[in-house]
Amino acid sequence: MHLEYNVEGGDFTRAGYASSQIKKTLKQLNVDATVIKRVVVALYEAEVNIVAHAYRGVIYADINGAGIQLRLADEGPGIADVDMAMKRGFSTASREVREMGFGAGMGLPNISENADNFSIDTIVGKGTTLNIEIKF
Amino acid sequence: MLVKEVVEKLNLKVFSSKEGLDREVKGGYTSDLLSDVMGYSKEGQIWITLQTHKNIMAIATLKDLAAVILVKGFEPEADTLETANSEGIPVLGSDLEAFELSGILFNMLK
Repeated sequence: MHLEYNVEGGDFTRAGYASSQIKKTLKQLNVDATVIKRVVVALYEAEVNIVAHAYRGVIYADINGAGIQLRLADEGPGIADVDMAMKRGFSTASREVREMGFGAGMGLPNISENADNFSIDTIVGKGTTLNIEIKF
Repeated sequence: MLVKEVVEKLNLKVFSSKEGLDREVKGGYTSDLLSDVMGYSKEGQIWITLQTHKNIMAIATLKDLAAVILVKGFEPEADTLETANSEGIPVLGSDLEAFELSGILFNMLK
């Protein structure tokens, strides 16, 4: 099964929509509840990252019997220092974003902890693509 | 313990989702950082926070939390209530601070 969702940068009113849709789909497919919980955490963080940091992005989800492959490709500023970005507590989020309780520097570590495979491809000034795999 | 029993004992305001008051409370989580709650709260917990915007309902829904309690007299924004009603997750309110509320709830649930 292949699913796609567009995400607009800056639109926090819709943040989490794609995560919620994919959660529903996984429930309908009777995927194990603990696996769904891991997908939800990783995917929501990645979705919010597009809203908080990028101009726009697309979430591609491929689901088969073995697991779910998520690709989140955004047009945005890119990540200058991926090692720093992976550190818990490091964030480049704006003050507005932090006041909402986002931007605590927990997103990428949360994704990493919940994914079986996780990679970041980024080009400064162009954008970032996250690949997240979670096995069933 | 059910959400409605917590509401009675703590004298909480019910802002939304009366139908969710029969949800079971399995614990609590106190934090204003959304990624913290996303990463570490557990299904069935009551979330204590001062954040009032709509994204708290996205988290509460995705994590299957029992209810959200807003502290210090904070009130939810209008679109927070809309989402809460459509998802059936109660948004509650207290005049207490997070520290006091967490302490009382902890003792009630232990």
